[in-house]
Amino acid sequence: MAKQVRQLDRVVIRFAGDSGDGMQLTGDRFTSETAQLGNDISTLPNFPAEIRAPAGTLPGVSSFQVHFADYDILTPGDAPNVLVAMNPAALKANLGDLPRGADIIVNTDEFTKRNLTKVGYTANPLEDGSLDGYSLHPVALTAMTIGALADHDVSKKDAERAKNMFALGLLSWMYSRPYDSTIRFLERKFAARPELVAANIAAFKAGWNFGETTEDFGVRYEVKPAKMSPGTYRNITGNQALSLGLVAAGVRSGLPVFLGAYPITPASDILHELSKHKRFGVTTMQAEDEIAAIGAALGASYGGSLGITTTSGPGVALKGETISLAVALELPLVIIDVQRAGPSTGMPTKTEQADLNMALFGRHGEAPVAVVAPRSPSDCFFAALEAARIALTYRTPVILLSDNYVANGSEPWLLPEVDSLPDLRVDFATEPNGEDGKTFLPYLRDPVTMARPWAIPGTPGLEHRIGGLEKADKTGDISYDPANHDFMVRTRAARIEGIPVPDVEVEDPDGDARTLVLGWGSTYGPIGAACRALRHRGLPIAQAHLRHLSPLPANLGEVLRAYDRVVVPEMNLGQLAHVIRGRYLVDAIPYNQVSGLPFTAAKLESMLEEVVKNG
Amino acid sequence: MANPVAVKLTQKDFKSDQEVRWCPGCGDYAILAAVQSFMPELQIPRERTVFVSGIGCSSRFPYYMNTYGMHSIHGRAPAIATGLSVSRPDLSVWVVTGDGDALSIGGNHLIHALRRNVNLKILLFNNRIYGLTKGQYSPTSEIGKITKSTPVGSADSPFNPLSLALGAEATFVARTLDSDRKHLQSVLRAAAEHNGSAFVEIYQNCNIFNDGAFETLKDPATRDEYLIRLEHGQPITFGADGQRCVVHPPGGFGLEVRDTASVDPADIVVHDATVSEPAYAFALSRLPGLDLRNTPIGVFRKVDRPSYDELVVSQVETAKAKATGTPEDQLAGLLTAGDTWTIL
Repeated sequence: MAKQVRQLDRVVIRFAGDSGDGMQLTGDRFTSETAQLGNDISTLPNFPAEIRAPAGTLPGVSSFQVHFADYDILTPGDAPNVLVAMNPAALKANLGDLPRGADIIVNTDEFTKRNLTKVGYTANPLEDGSLDGYSLHPVALTAMTIGALADHDVSKKDAERAKNMFALGLLSWMYSRPYDSTIRFLERKFAARPELVAANIAAFKAGWNFGETTEDFGVRYEVKPAKMSPGTYRNITGNQALSLGLVAAGVRSGLPVFLGAYPITPASDILHELSKHKRFGVTTMQAEDEIAAIGAALGASYGGSLGITTTSGPGVALKGETISLAVALELPLVIIDVQRAGPSTGMPTKTEQADLNMALFGRHGEAPVAVVAPRSPSDCFFAALEAARIALTYRTPVILLSDNYVANGSEPWLLPEVDSLPDLRVDFATEPNGEDGKTFLPYLRDPVTMARPWAIPGTPGLEHRIGGLEKADKTGDISYDPANHDFMVRTRAARIEGIPVPDVEVEDPDGDARTLVLGWGSTYGPIGAACRALRHRGLPIAQAHLRHLSPLPANLGEVLRAYDRVVVPEMNLGQLAHVIRGRYLVDAIPYNQVSGLPFTAAKLESMLEEVVKNG
Repeated sequence: MANPVAVKLTQKDFKSDQEVRWCPGCGDYAILAAVQSFMPELQIPRERTVFVSGIGCSSRFPYYMNTYGMHSIHGRAPAIATGLSVSRPDLSVWVVTGDGDALSIGGNHLIHALRRNVNLKILLFNNRIYGLTKGQYSPTSEIGKITKSTPVGSADSPFNPLSLALGAEATFVARTLDSDRKHLQSVLRAAAEHNGSAFVEIYQNCNIFNDGAFETLKDPATRDEYLIRLEHGQPITFGADGQRCVVHPPGGFGLEVRDTASVDPADIVVHDATVSEPAYAFALSRLPGLDLRNTPIGVFRKVDRPSYDELVVSQVETAKAKATGTPEDQLAGLLTAGDTWTIL
């Protein structure tokens, strides 16, 4: 039977199952197939902190949402058009996000009385009519997978495990995805066990063929490639992009890279990734704790490496004292904070932007540092390079504020030419810099950058001592002189404040907006999508997004004052808004969400509509 | 380890221009002088030598050495020095610390540096008191110690620093005294020659807050009875006429002190610092009593194990050796690795 093919411009699919069902992998593969096709993509993984929460329970539900379209998109989508629910828990946990009419594909084999009871269903939702408003597709995924693998030399358990590939095959058929990359992936993943390669491919094809033959799926969809800038792309998560950015910073500076890190969600993947790139002169050290991790990175910086430490909020708290030491020592250091929901352990796999205050102010004494934040997964690459550039040029700690949303989300990335990346080469001090030609003054500053010389051990004639005690201007000797301390505190502040950063740009296509939305970091996508939607409906709105949080762009005050209203959406309780009010005396309107989830574009759109219309 | 140089250095070359500001009579002066006069022997250029310290009286040490140096944060010197040493294997990196710095706030970093066998020479000045904060008890103070923070005596049992280091399987463990320059320098020499972590506890007198803590080990009237001078390959005997000795008690775990006259000479333990199992050196570290009787000094343990630095550097070098093309070419290759697609 020839199936009808329907064209769509965009689709949002959510794969949901138990945390042992392989939903992240399934989503990842679907994303990769979709990328190959040339759609624009944005993804949102959502998983529990528990590695294996009790099977079949609501806390154990893991999901992966992928949004793909034939035009450029900014977010992983607010509401799924399709939910794949591998068990009752996955259905229950995700149903609330579905609009009426959405497709729901369920694995009926898991809808047993026991599993239903486990999540509080008194009746089977597949039978009691409660899903009548949706397009329900009951599929015996497990049984069909096991059946398809009957002739394969795999255990029943391994056969059952391949059900995610059956689901992937079915969805790949539904959306006409090319699957070569998935076949190659399976061949790589199970290279050591050829029988599993065969079984997983068979399960995938069984799912595909099921779609083609069953009457239940009468329509097949196509989403045409998006019009994207020419070039070579790959799909990339924020943590991957950030890791590559750090490797690139090593290459472009010519310096060895030293990463000191302690495992912490959601930053550990950066440690994993960088540990694979030793050939670039990257040394990774899994330290005994967060403090040792930054200490080792600072020690390496002192020795002439690009010292980096990666962590999340609780780790930054522990590193605070060492960041202050780096402020006093005026050495390059990059601190990556992949923010998660706090305080304390909070919700380690959920996102938040609530470490901004800590990054800006969370140290003892007057200890200013530079702060940058990436706006999207692929932007993590460039933000990492920017953090390294500031650290190396201005000899200062730089905090990079990523978050779980950009770190684990993915999007297509137009790969840059290596030659186009910034030149980060540095000059170490080699000669005495005193007027007598013999003395070395470790705190004599470059008149332009205000950076002190980076004189690394091993350089003859420049032996000197540095430390946390206040230093005399120029000589770096210990000093308790009141005037000197006052001078040094102000100088350290001025040198950060004086770092030139690009002006903030305003997106206001018609130039008639009276309301400005100001964001920073990972909210760029949802804010941008909301602004587009408003403009599409004829409501003018301007968007500005900050990459540099310290120092702030020089034109920011002027930009803010040019609008009647400034709205600041943040995934915290108003930390940037507070800075804006304090610094520019602008009556910024905070809009806050701290649910552990990113803003939906729809929610921002309706909030902004109120502001635009009602002032 | 750094290469020798032709330039002949002297003690004076290692003195910085900074005024030394410890209390008059502090044991740190003796240690500083001993280190400064010993350093030329190593024939390592000053610029290749780095002293890293934490916080405390002893941690002012780097300011007085005319080498590279960093006075860092309380307890963190081993961590900072680890990053430096691993990333710069051409340097000779020394850590100067105290009993509070190394064993209290920085205990974690110390044991991990030792278990990794980072190529650091760690000098722990143990005066059994907090000096810089003016006289609180430290993690090596004896139980019941009366100080400003423990007016009726401390309730904490002390660490035995050597037992702790040996528990972490440090590859080089030694003890010496601030006042015995010859012995101190012999231990420093052995530490400097060691590949990997060398942990040296230096009993140091704080004449302000804990004066005479180690007096019985220094007073000519008592020291021979109290001190056991360990010599590799020699039977362990002590006392003015060697009348005391160390034996393995039959059926026991550790070591014991006996009258030499009462034991078969063949039963006297011959000191062997190279015993791979740390239990032997640990047993030596347990000999002293609360009154410091039977305190061994010298090198307890010196065993060969690849340093962390060597292992880490070799992983990086091996990977680099396999790579071809310029770093830029390799980076371009890395960026385009995996599934890519091209839009024309």
